[in-house]
Amino acid sequence: MRSVRWRGFVNVVWTVICGLGVVFAVVPLASLLWLVVSRGVAGLTPSFFVSLPTPVGEPGGGVGNAIAGTFLLVGLASVVALPVGIGAGVYLAEKGDGKAGKLVRFTTEVLSGVPSIVIGIVAYGLAVVPMKRFSALAGGLALALLMVPTLARSTEEFVRLVPGALREASLALGVPAWRTSLLVVLRTAAGGIITAVLLAVARAAGETAPLLFTALNNQYWNFRPDQPTASLTVQIFNYAISPYEDWHAKAWTAALVLLILVGALNLLARILARNKMMEGA
Amino acid sequence: MALTPAGTTARAGVSNLGDRTWAAALVVFGGAVMVIAGLILLELGRESAPAWQRIGFLRFLVSSDWDPVQEKYGALPFIYGTLVTSAIAILVAVPVSVGLALFLSEMGPRKLRRPVAFAVEVLAAIPSVIFGLWGLFVLVPWLRTTVEPALQSAFGFLPLFQGPPIGLGYLAAGLILAVMILPTISSVTNEVLKTVPLALKEGALALGATRWEAIRMAVLPYARPGIVGAALLGLGRALGETMAVTMVIGNSPEIHASLFAPGYSLPAVIANEFAEATSDVYVGALAALALVLFGVTLILNAAAQLLLQAVARGPRRA
Repeated sequence: MRSVRWRGFVNVVWTVICGLGVVFAVVPLASLLWLVVSRGVAGLTPSFFVSLPTPVGEPGGGVGNAIAGTFLLVGLASVVALPVGIGAGVYLAEKGDGKAGKLVRFTTEVLSGVPSIVIGIVAYGLAVVPMKRFSALAGGLALALLMVPTLARSTEEFVRLVPGALREASLALGVPAWRTSLLVVLRTAAGGIITAVLLAVARAAGETAPLLFTALNNQYWNFRPDQPTASLTVQIFNYAISPYEDWHAKAWTAALVLLILVGALNLLARILARNKMMEGA
Repeated sequence: MALTPAGTTARAGVSNLGDRTWAAALVVFGGAVMVIAGLILLELGRESAPAWQRIGFLRFLVSSDWDPVQEKYGALPFIYGTLVTSAIAILVAVPVSVGLALFLSEMGPRKLRRPVAFAVEVLAAIPSVIFGLWGLFVLVPWLRTTVEPALQSAFGFLPLFQGPPIGLGYLAAGLILAVMILPTISSVTNEVLKTVPLALKEGALALGATRWEAIRMAVLPYARPGIVGAALLGLGRALGETMAVTMVIGNSPEIHASLFAPGYSLPAVIANEFAEATSDVYVGALAALALVLFGVTLILNAAAQLLLQAVARGPRRA
């Protein structure tokens, strides 16, 4: 038997090793956040949000069209993905305990691990090939395919949190099952579902890979779904891999804009989730 | 009024219609998930068909020549790069994430747990293109000037650490992947640790075990399949991660033993070349790479789900 002192020492050593795990996570995060803010903030002028990109060396210019494009793409994706994803989540919560339900749940879990670049190729085949051109529609489709499994999983979780007694009370009062589902269960879970939607939208806004060969890019404003469209993420990528200092600076500023957008959505989701939890308590 | 069920069936009929519609709608939504899965498989198969026909399955997978101009398509450099970078990521991220999860659930000072958990969530929410930007302008120069020369002078006799330290390459990609999959592995591990029955840990502590001994003897053995599941999920993410890798791996379709050398990965080559692929076979070859990637991640994710479900149910013997 080893001495108590030795065992205490081993305990401390392992505590420190676990602490090193924390360092490995926090140092890159701090470095990344600090550099995005410190390198990006210089270019963050009002005109950066509303102007078109300028050629290398020309001062000014911004990512206005890319910001608009990101909103367009995520908007198009949401139109399809929100009803389908939430609907699939409700299906899993209400009917997901049978054989078919289990298969759907398993598929959902597995689908949410499919690399986004693979989804991009699928959207290319489904939308770009038949339309014979890159388009916002194709990009939106790719994002929608990515959003559905994530949304379905989180919606299921929130719907399952609704107490069974609530549903039973409604049914006992003679309310038909479908009205109970819609007006009692879904309404109670609404706060959680909105949180899930915000998180899914934030994730979609940060996607790059599936847009590279679906929405492609665009140097100009575009609000038509059947045309190639710029997005913040693709713009950051193009600026970052360019050989020009000027564009590197713009990449950092665009990254700051994207980070603010994604951060705001996440923050909103957290606040909503917290309020919801307090209500429940 | 006679006790015919006419009135009741009429009312029940209305709600039945509603109920049936609602039930059918739900099944349609649930079915949509299956349709998506089917579409993914079908599309990948259809798009990659020209490549399989022209090149052949085995030759495509084992050939290391990638030269679209000469119509030579070999997947090996990309498969190799994906495997090497993911291996680095897993080797670094699994111990770190398990340590992190233990810190968050068992070992860390309580005051620090919440801010650290928050930091990990923030890390998970950062878009991968921003990781790539950071990797390209921060991690790569640091590797080139500091880490790689140091590794070379210490372990330069190994083929892994030979050649000019240029920063861009397998090592950079593997390390950035490690940072990116860390939140996935640690949060899933954390969930798994929560399922360990308290009595097991308390029993060990009550017998006089130190905190670490309780973890090593009671917690970790119970959680092991779940931790493996978490690692598989992380591996799946690492294999498919595109942007950050594309930006730091160097994008050269060759196979090198040295971790300092530039390489290529499956998602990276798709990202770089798909929009410019001109011929059917070229598009097909890239789609075939995607199909390979899809197949591998599918198997990994399915295995991870089965492991995690097994842990959630608890062991049969206990």
